Formats: sequence, C-alpha cells, structure tokens
Amino acid sequence: MKFSYYPGCTLKNKARDLDEYARKSFEALGLQLDELDEWQCCGAVYPQASDEIATRLSAVRALAAARDRGDALVTLCSACHHVIKRTNEDLKADENFRTKANNYLQLDEPYSGETEVLHYLEVLRDKLGFDELKKHVVKPLKGRKIAAYYGCLLLRPSRQMAFDDPENPTIIEDFIKAIGATPVVYPYRNECCGGYVALENRAEARNQVAKIHASAAGKGAEMIITACPLCMYNLKQNAPEDRLPTVYFTELLAEALGVKED
Amino acid sequence: MDQNMELRQTILEISGVNPRKCMKCGKCSGACPAYDEMEYHPHQFVAMVEKGRIEELMKSKSLYRCLTCFACLERCPRNVEPAKLIEAVRLMVIRQQGMNHMKSDDLPAFVNEDDSIPQQALVSAMRKYSK
Repeated sequence: MKFSYYPGCTLKNKARDLDEYARKSFEALGLQLDELDEWQCCGAVYPQASDEIATRLSAVRALAAARDRGDALVTLCSACHHVIKRTNEDLKADENFRTKANNYLQLDEPYSGETEVLHYLEVLRDKLGFDELKKHVVKPLKGRKIAAYYGCLLLRPSRQMAFDDPENPTIIEDFIKAIGATPVVYPYRNECCGGYVALENRAEARNQVAKIHASAAGKGAEMIITACPLCMYNLKQNAPEDRLPTVYFTELLAEALGVKED
Repeated sequence: MDQNMELRQTILEISGVNPRKCMKCGKCSGACPAYDEMEYHPHQFVAMVEKGRIEELMKSKSLYRCLTCFACLERCPRNVEPAKLIEAVRLMVIRQQGMNHMKSDDLPAFVNEDDSIPQQALVSAMRKYSK
C-alpha cells in the first residue's frame, strides 16, 4: 500500500524522532510513505471563522497534491492532521469556501475534498489492521504499562475528525495491545494539556500537565505516549519533577518492530 | 446600529453560531479546563454575545485563556459551539490595526529562554494571537 505523506514543520525539526521512527516502521510493515514534493506549513491552528480563507489554503494545496497523485494523504502530527482533515471536510460541505479557495488557487483541476485524509494511527487500524501489525512485532513490549495521551486535536470535534469515540477512545489502547504492551486507561487521557498557552501562561499549562501525569501514574502507568509535538513539549517541559517518561508512539512501534537503533 | 450590535452581527456571521439555541445548561463551562483562569466562562460568552455585550468581552483576558481544546463544542447538547464564538470575538480584537496580542518580535525571547520549544508552538501563537 502506498500513501502520500505530509510531515509538517515540527517533524523536520524538534520532532524528528516522531517522523524517523514512523518512516522506519512503515518500511518494516511494507507500507510506502511518499512525502509530498512541495508542502507548506499548515499553520498549526485550524481557523474556525468562516471568512478565514487564506489561512486554510496551504492545507488545500497539500490535499490537491495528494489527489493529483491518486493517493490517500497520511499525517502524523496531531495539529497537522486536525487542520488538514477539517479543511478537507469544509471543502466538501461549505460551497462558499470551496469556491473561494478554488478561485484563488486556480488549480489545473478544481479540488472539492476528494482526498482521503488518514492519520498514521488510522492507517494501522483501518488499512493494515492491528491484527496484521501484531504479526510483524518481533520484540513485543511485554509487561510494559503504557498510558495513551490523546489530547484534543485528534478527537474533537468528532463530527469532523471522525477519529474515534471522543469521550471513550480505544485506538491508541488497541495499538498498545498490538505491540504487546498493556494499555493503562486513565481519566485525563483526552483532557487538554494546555499546549497553546505554554508560551505566555506556563502556570496554566503546568496545572493541566500535572493533572495528566498524576492521573496516569495513579492508574499504574509507567510511561505516556503521544502523537503531538506540542503535547510532547508541554508534557515534558511544564511537568512536575516526578513526571512519567513521555515518548512518541512511533518510537514504541519502531522498538516492537525491531527497527529502533539503540 | 450601535457599535456593539454591529460587532455582534459580524461575530454571529463569521462564527456561524446561533446563541439562541443555548438552553443554559452550563455543560460547556463544566467541561472547560480553563474555567478557573477565565473572567468570563464559555456559557457567559454565549449569553453576552446574545445580549450584545461585545466590548466587555473584547477587553477581557479570557480571550487568551481559552485553550481551544473543543471540549465545550464537543459536549454541548444543543450544538451551540462556544469555542467558535470565543475565537470570533478574539478576531474582532486582533483584526484591528495595532491590536495583535503577540508579535513576531516577541518570539525570539521565548526561544532564547527555552530552545526546546517546538515550531508548532510558535506558529500556533502567531496564528491565534496575531494578524
């Protein structure tokens, strides 16, 4: 199976781990990930106002580029996924936005939301299948108690994201089981970490992050995994001293598949 | 039409929110992780926009305390979507000349203080707080 891939700005810099383990793992699974030739930063925040047109255009360009290749578009960073997925849903549902975006971009072929947008985890669940993933695991992470941190952007708003049940998601827990570890379910796994205010109001971010670590630790987790570079930063830098180790989910995947270099 | 009612009209248009659908159950504020940080809480945004009390909201720091986590929007039983209203009011502020909440010149200081800040945080701040 072949997919187009949109890595996003942070995966080329502070979140290289997230990207590199993802690429190695897909290779080990026989899945082809072709980075788009030209992509621009998605803007990292989905613009909610209906008259925000220009701020959604870089997502439209990426979506149209994948369409031109005949590929589904795979994202990995939670923020990129959020922006690109919702922009695609807008193009399907909002005629005003669709017309203005196409008038501006003047693409060879107009774009109206044809591309299938998949988060990396959705590829594992829906295209490969977690049962199939299990067969490729050479080093099961037996006995490891892992807490999935979903955060906000993958789940909400569920009407557009359609990623999983927004209040009781299971996709990352199922992923943890597939790589042989034990998932730890805890109350704060889909509560916001406060990443957006980390620059100017660290106290608010610290308060949120402390609750998440305490909640996961209280249920017996040894480690937290995430898909979002901003959550990762926040869960580490604005955490209490006794915080749980926090890694990208792709690092554990690469470890279980035997492609993580020590 | 007075200034507040003109602003109210624009906010309703660009947010697509109809505050009259609100049945005042308070679930949005109950779900809000930034509740304690906010002077006006999500359910109050809905009520104040409906009443045209826009200038009060535009002066409030609450605009910059919202985490944009979409919990209020997800859990609203009437699909009122308070997060969209908060964003629309914030846009009414930062779309004015000289009213950006954060400037690109502010960013180097953040990075100098902590060089592990991801690009995503800087881009997000500009997208949310600057025009």
